[in-house]
Amino acid sequence: MSRKGKDNRIVLPIGPQHPSLKEPASFRITLEGEKVVNAVIGVGYNHRGLEKACESRNYVQDLYLIERVCGICSHTHSTAYCQGIEELAGLTIPRRAAYIRVIVAELERLHSHLLWLGVAAHEIGFDTLFMYTWRDREKVLDILAEVCGNRVNYGINTIGGVRRDVDESMLQDISKMADALEDQIKYYLDLAMTETTLSVRLAGVGKLSYDDALRFGVVGPVARSAGIADDIRVTEPYAAYDEVPVRPVTDTRADVLGRTVVRIKEMLESINIIRFCIRNIPDGDIAVKAPLRIPAGEVISRTEAPRGENIHYIRSNGTDKPDRVRVRAPSEANWRGVKHMLEGGYLADVPITIAAIDPCYSCTDRAIIVDSGSRTEVMDWQSLRQYSIDWYKKQGVDTASAKVSAKEYF
Amino acid sequence: MLVSLLKILIFPGFLFLAVYAMVCEYIDRKVYARLQNRMGPPWYQPLADFLKLLGKETIIPADANRRMFQILPVISLSAVAASFIYVPVVGGSAVYSFEGDLIVVLYFLTIPTICSFLGGWYSRGVYSTIGSVRTLTQMFAYEVPLFMALLAPSLIAKTWSVTGMASFYSEHPLYVLINIPAFFTALIAGQGKLERAPFDSPEAETEIVSGALVEYSGRLLAIFRMSMDCELVLVASLISAIFLPFMTGIVILDFVLYLAKTLAVLLILTLMRSAMARLRVDQMVNFCWRYLTPAAVIQIILDLIIRGGLAV
Repeated sequence: MSRKGKDNRIVLPIGPQHPSLKEPASFRITLEGEKVVNAVIGVGYNHRGLEKACESRNYVQDLYLIERVCGICSHTHSTAYCQGIEELAGLTIPRRAAYIRVIVAELERLHSHLLWLGVAAHEIGFDTLFMYTWRDREKVLDILAEVCGNRVNYGINTIGGVRRDVDESMLQDISKMADALEDQIKYYLDLAMTETTLSVRLAGVGKLSYDDALRFGVVGPVARSAGIADDIRVTEPYAAYDEVPVRPVTDTRADVLGRTVVRIKEMLESINIIRFCIRNIPDGDIAVKAPLRIPAGEVISRTEAPRGENIHYIRSNGTDKPDRVRVRAPSEANWRGVKHMLEGGYLADVPITIAAIDPCYSCTDRAIIVDSGSRTEVMDWQSLRQYSIDWYKKQGVDTASAKVSAKEYF
Repeated sequence: MLVSLLKILIFPGFLFLAVYAMVCEYIDRKVYARLQNRMGPPWYQPLADFLKLLGKETIIPADANRRMFQILPVISLSAVAASFIYVPVVGGSAVYSFEGDLIVVLYFLTIPTICSFLGGWYSRGVYSTIGSVRTLTQMFAYEVPLFMALLAPSLIAKTWSVTGMASFYSEHPLYVLINIPAFFTALIAGQGKLERAPFDSPEAETEIVSGALVEYSGRLLAIFRMSMDCELVLVASLISAIFLPFMTGIVILDFVLYLAKTLAVLLILTLMRSAMARLRVDQMVNFCWRYLTPAAVIQIILDLIIRGGLAV
């Protein structure tokens, strides 16, 4: 495997299978000693064809697919999807439903950031912090199970509102959990600022300056750590965020330590938002009835996922199935900067640099066909059919006698 | 003759070393787990791991040098076992000792590291190559402060034998206080020697899978792991013999005291492991040369001055 060239460089494969990667992706790191001189990133090992699958199911069935785009931030995807369809159908969800969406979204942000902190600690060999944060994450998951009925895919969103109401005892449990968690998160913030081995491993690693962050178009905590105050909850408030005060957390370090601090401070901010929602949640219905057929149109719906800006594009054609669903998960925007962050750094910093964008591989993966030739052509149905017959003839199968017309398909 | 053979093979020799190494591994893992809010393994886990590895298939990479690949774990384990004979366990004196056995012990201590380097190098894998280069780089960083810290107390004891130093310091316990800087230097450098966090970059799981030994499996890996556990016991015993030489004169009580001292050293090493993140290898080298080596040099100067004062 080690290909040593004349300039004494080693190509180190990190992935597709590697202990530091939680999902498959390929990083071919060219090393000169311990220094990274080149990094080639390959994603696409986890493509599931969700967008295409959405086109052959109706809007309610699609909700279950969209919920499973990401295992960590499933709520933000279903929120973006539901919001889009509600806009197309001209529905206004009840305020109580909007508040419940915000509460679940912030609980999700808490558990996602705690999970990230643990993974990041593990990447730099600090397993004690890993175990501590995942222990605290359990508290959030317990609350999510109590509120939604599920720990991971919450299944609380529906087109036109939410599916389950919260009662007084649940709200009390949430605020109890928030109080307990706040002390822990303050301790982690203190740890990130003062623990020497943490700061020497994180400071100055994976730099992405303000200009580079704009150039690569990164989003979420990666952009905010470079000083870009970009937060969809503030710039384009959705659900109940127009009433809830949100302070975007920014930092000027522009490195992994900055990203860590931004995420920890965001957790404190999430706790404040949850407390505000618990105090101010209005009474009323939790859902309005949604039509099965959605009028034709197209919509872009944006939410702030724990990892950054999440965009859904939906085009409807008046039937009960969407014409096109496009999911742009935040990791897809953040990938662009990774190569720049890795090059010039040390091999030891590669795992933490990759982890610092909080990558979500399967949300990002999509099928891309790279045509090495320059030939492009538009095929109509007949020529496509002829092409297929010729292709099968080459394989030894004669399908020319089969009578198939385009009408049977549409 | 028979008694000496029993001493070398059974107690306090090889068999005791093997059993105690597993006990230490268990205590290390259990305490580490409890510090992390986990349950930790059951008491038989190290033995179960060892037996399981013995029964597993041993895979030797096609590109590897077969003979070296197979013989290195054995050399590593035998070097550690051989050096344990010169470290006092029962009653303050080792099974064998002679003037200068400290040098032999330190020499033997280097062999497992070299074996792990060669094992990684001869595996020809890319992860193991990087891991073995890191092993060697790290060795050049901790070796000097570790040796200086262990040799400094011998300047006052005026002997190069571990047993001699232990008995000198047990007769003059107050001199131990002089060597406190060397004690901490040896603990930290020993952590580097054992490749434990924060100095575990040679086997950094998240970067290079498991470093030099990544291609090892089955029986060969079991022997390598055994030799690492024994190394842990050896370092703990050596540090406690030189820096914590308190003895009562009663054999059984001294043995209990030996266990208590080595476990205390082990607990400090475990605490260090659980409280810190992994340093990069360049940061580790910097740390050793910038802080540990000067500390050891100051210790030697201090010991030389006191030795001069004693002579007068």
